[in-house]
Amino acid sequence: MSGAAGLAAEAGVIAAVQAAYESGTPVEVCGNASKRGMLRPVQAAARIDTRALTGITLYSPQELVIGAGAGTPMAEIAAAVAGKGQQITSEPPDFSALFGSTAPQTLGGVVATNLSGPRRVAWGATRDHVMGVRAVNGRGELVRSGGRVLKNVTGLDICKLLSGSHGTLAILTEIVLKVLPRPERRGTVVFAGLNPVQGVAALSAALGSPYAVCGAAYLPAEAAAALGFRTSVALARIEDFAVSVDYRTGRLREELAQFGPAEVLDDAASIAAWAAVRDAVPLHGQTGAIWRISVRPSAGPGVAAALAAAFDARWFMDWGGGLLWIAGPATEAAHAAVMAAAGKAGGTWLLFRAPDSLRAAVPVIPEEPAALARITASVKAAFDPKGILNPGRMYAGI
Amino acid sequence: MQQPEPKRHVLARRDAIVAGLRGILPESGVIAEALRMKPYETDGLPAYRQMPLAVALPETTEQVAAVLKFLHREGVRVIPRGAGTSLSGGALPLEDAVVVGMMRMNRILEIDYADRCATVQAGVTNIGITNAVQAEGFFYAPDPSSQLACMIGGNVGMNSGGAHCLRYGVTANNLLGLRVVTIEGEIIDIGGHHLDAAGYDWLGLLTGSEGQLVMVTEVIVRILRGPEGARAMLAAFKSNEIAGQCVDSIISSGIIPVALEFMDRPAIHACEAFAHAGYPLDAEALLIIEVEGSVAEQDFLLGRIKEICSQFDPISLKVAESAEQSLAIWKGRKGAFGAVGRISPDYLCMDGTIPTGQLPLVLRRIGEMSDACGLKVANIFHAGDGNLHPLIMFDANDPASFATAEKFGADILRLCVEVGGCLTGEHGVGVEKRDLMPVQFSPDDLAQQRRIKDAFDPGWLLNPSKVFPLQAPHTLAIAA
Repeated sequence: MSGAAGLAAEAGVIAAVQAAYESGTPVEVCGNASKRGMLRPVQAAARIDTRALTGITLYSPQELVIGAGAGTPMAEIAAAVAGKGQQITSEPPDFSALFGSTAPQTLGGVVATNLSGPRRVAWGATRDHVMGVRAVNGRGELVRSGGRVLKNVTGLDICKLLSGSHGTLAILTEIVLKVLPRPERRGTVVFAGLNPVQGVAALSAALGSPYAVCGAAYLPAEAAAALGFRTSVALARIEDFAVSVDYRTGRLREELAQFGPAEVLDDAASIAAWAAVRDAVPLHGQTGAIWRISVRPSAGPGVAAALAAAFDARWFMDWGGGLLWIAGPATEAAHAAVMAAAGKAGGTWLLFRAPDSLRAAVPVIPEEPAALARITASVKAAFDPKGILNPGRMYAGI
Repeated sequence: MQQPEPKRHVLARRDAIVAGLRGILPESGVIAEALRMKPYETDGLPAYRQMPLAVALPETTEQVAAVLKFLHREGVRVIPRGAGTSLSGGALPLEDAVVVGMMRMNRILEIDYADRCATVQAGVTNIGITNAVQAEGFFYAPDPSSQLACMIGGNVGMNSGGAHCLRYGVTANNLLGLRVVTIEGEIIDIGGHHLDAAGYDWLGLLTGSEGQLVMVTEVIVRILRGPEGARAMLAAFKSNEIAGQCVDSIISSGIIPVALEFMDRPAIHACEAFAHAGYPLDAEALLIIEVEGSVAEQDFLLGRIKEICSQFDPISLKVAESAEQSLAIWKGRKGAFGAVGRISPDYLCMDGTIPTGQLPLVLRRIGEMSDACGLKVANIFHAGDGNLHPLIMFDANDPASFATAEKFGADILRLCVEVGGCLTGEHGVGVEKRDLMPVQFSPDDLAQQRRIKDAFDPGWLLNPSKVFPLQAPHTLAIAA
């Protein structure tokens, strides 16, 4: 951290972890706790709060980087870069509605969960845009990796390892993200009334076109209704200079004519539609459990069909069919069906939201094969030898 | 350069170790004769040479696993090797180590256009992937200069970049899955055909780990549909400062060109003499800027960029009117290494990254260092992402000249870190920069990286003497 307040806040985290390390006390790591309901509940009497690690510490628009304390609200960062005509590339979602939280999510929370929005399919995940981190490991030592430049292969890539590690290896204190210009215009080609297999085929054709499609979602009729559509829709987004958006949406309509006549959503309608896809609005209001399944895109419709047959499911697909969002009953039987369907498709899954009782009882992410599980335990110990940081968050006993 | 002491008991058991390898691999897959091991004694950094104990050339993942399991049991060090194009000495052998070369694992196993991915063995060349998919209009994006020769396994090991990573990212951003073998000989699949595996980001950690953690045998890469077309322009300026300001203005305008290359005066002269690309010799700095899209989109973007460049008093502006003219503009830049090789018997290619705003200062300081030490330097710069390649010219037949070049290079990298950058943008640490790691990292930073290494390879058998400075606890670990 830079600045006296930032350094003091970071020193506070270091001191808190050192004390927990000395006494062997497990701690839950929390920012604004907006995604506390993800993965397994942490059994820890104490908490380490990252909210004091706040403020933008670096912003160099012409160098495409912004750095901030981990406790900085994401909205503050988004506003800062928007002021210079830029945006956070991975389009981090806001799941506060899904988790019933009103607190604004923090930069640290977004990176620690590695959650990315629709643009992930073309421009990479949040972890792909983490250029540098400062973090406190489970020994209370400050560890730095990466830096503030866009190209850096110096040493092991701890930035990526900590992204998506849910605070189980180290506590992020400061993060530098790569940002990109906010395109002048957005446009979305909408193919209506396709079944899931046709819909994913259309998205595959769009993503395999030369037109740099950077969003590709399929919503069955029920989910599409949440966005104001009257039937199922396959959505393909283009973001670029206005002249390119006009040209490319036109070309996509022509080249994908086999999928039926397509409408084009204008800039404002595109922004609204993709924010809804990003934040999983079609699943808002669903009680019960929510899963995220990641498979090879062509396998998405099959997994959706299998789960719709197994339980009363509400679902939609992003990432060209590769990301399946699914809501269903919070039961072990439904969870078993998800694990089986995703596993059969060679993909991965995440029990995204569930009552504590379910997420404490079942694996919330796939268990690793024995050889990898040993490495997981060793790497966890390499950062956090006493197992005090978010114990049990990802795997029971880790 | 200091190297770890060879293990006496391994050297003494050389015949038994070679026999053990011959029991695992086909006859031709084990090389132990000095003459035939010669090609493996060095890599793309030929200033360093060392004959290995033996060379193993497995043909399957299972053979790699059996080889590693055997070498692990025998306590033998392992040097993973692809095409041997590392510019940082990443594949430099040790006297007591077995080189495990991946060149026989050169098959493309699956291409899936609908899901935009391909599964390839580690010994497939970088260009080989693009060649296999380009008939369908697809390509594999990272394009290191060595792409005709370098192998995807090595690209994963070093997290290779290229001239187009400003738009398409580096290797790590273009992978979906890996099949790897641990030092104990266990085969593990990481990721798959899907995005963002749950659990720790092993794909991210292993990419760029320089053979320290596992050996990679298969790679699932993302393949992308190519753009409708691409075209380049050339802009020449009166000073490095002005060219740097022009780069800032282009980026600030919201345009991200697919490539944005910078050459300083010595690089311009070397390339022009070699390639006759038509570069203006009165320029202090030259930019090559490439955009993609339909012809109309290219015209639009190049028009805007030309307008921006015009505000910086350019010496010349040349927009390619055709693919052929684009190739001509690129010709000099792509031949830069050969060009420098022609005017100097030997050169070191450095690879720091700097915040782009520091370019004028850094080039000025490099110029001062060059004057002070008497060695010429030409600078090539991926201007969009700050990756600087100074080519230091020296004479390898003169040990004093080489020592001066090494020190000059190290001073440049220290400067890169001092201004907020890093030691290596895309070539890796290897042996070349390992002793500079403390310049960039604190003892705690390095200790954390070492503990990750310990978790995968407690005996420090995988590619030892690279990445980490030779000092405790590393030396303690390898003495054990």
